[in-house]
Amino acid sequence: MTSKPVLGARNVHLTYGDTVALRGASLELTAGERVALMGPSGSGKSSMLHCLAGIIRPDLGEVTLEGAGLDGLPERVRSARRLQRMGIVFQFGDLVPELTLIENVMLPLQLLGGKKSAARATAMDLLAALDIDRVADKRTGAVSGGQAQRAAVARALVHRPAVVLADEPTGSLDTVSAELVLDAMVSLSSQLGAALLVVTHDNLVAAHLDRHVVMRDGVVTTTAEVLR
Amino acid sequence: MPTSHTLLALLEREPAHGYTLKRQYDERFAQTRPLAFGQVYASLARFEKQGWACVTDVVAGEGPERKRYRITPEGVEVVDTWVFEPQSPGVFSTSSLFARVSVALMSGRSAQTVLANQRATHLVRMRELTALRKTADPGGVLAISYELAHLDADLRWIAESGERLDKVRDGIAGEKR
Repeated sequence: MTSKPVLGARNVHLTYGDTVALRGASLELTAGERVALMGPSGSGKSSMLHCLAGIIRPDLGEVTLEGAGLDGLPERVRSARRLQRMGIVFQFGDLVPELTLIENVMLPLQLLGGKKSAARATAMDLLAALDIDRVADKRTGAVSGGQAQRAAVARALVHRPAVVLADEPTGSLDTVSAELVLDAMVSLSSQLGAALLVVTHDNLVAAHLDRHVVMRDGVVTTTAEVLR
Repeated sequence: MPTSHTLLALLEREPAHGYTLKRQYDERFAQTRPLAFGQVYASLARFEKQGWACVTDVVAGEGPERKRYRITPEGVEVVDTWVFEPQSPGVFSTSSLFARVSVALMSGRSAQTVLANQRATHLVRMRELTALRKTADPGGVLAISYELAHLDADLRWIAESGERLDKVRDGIAGEKR
């Protein structure tokens, strides 16, 4: 890999109590690339994603975002960097249930200091692109799982992040909804030039992505490009 | 022979010439490789010989005679048996992939490379199929989903086998001693 990584973890170790989750795992993402992070349960995939996102600070090793250290920063600064430069999608969306879909999608822009009217217009454009603008003013409990998850994708991308991280984003969806969510995430990330890392155990999800990284027992064991 | 039985089943819908049968087969069943005319005409000749189909009329033209075939009650029975008889699960354990991995392990070649290459090839095909599925008609979606499910099963086996190769290799080395 010759281009400069936009997000990277180098020789990362992480332990929860007596359980060793990561044992010197390394992974780099370059701008615009689309990567599947695979491996059996307990292999360390989600721990790796949490370290890369700066949600968890590794015991050892280094995480960098756009060339600057991330793991050594205080929690408040890591949160700010995450808000500015990353978008994250979890398996169950994690939208705020008291807000409507569009209010959820507007959140990152407003937290970054954007005006409400501009945030609303940008969010609505994105919801339209994902074909869920007609349910924009409904709360998450009043829409389908697939619609809520597409809104979560919109929220992750609305502020044009450098990196999108997704942890089993289609794991709770039926095949048709999963396909819509995945297509939305892959095409929007590509349009924005954002790097995309998807943690998945699903080969059909991985088939949408260009590089496959496999973890086992807390380390990266294989990395392979998928030719198109 | 699934291809010839499928041709016979197509004939069940209405009498047809060899050319029409080939076109219908290619539209519905030939995902990547169209059927050869020779195979269609050889199958029709065999159906006639076995009493599964008969010639209804012959049209003479500039080229060779064009025979139209109709399925017989015996042919319908053959289709019935073929459709409803479960396939022996044994066919799934005789794949070339399993044999190649085994040979690699026995001969000291890299079984990991065999698995990795097959994994990459399967994923490329999976990507092609998921793209095709978006525009396929309902019959096409059924065929594509079938192939995707089998690719997925292979990929799961590849992932699982990757973890076991060392043990299997050790076992084979033990047998040699």
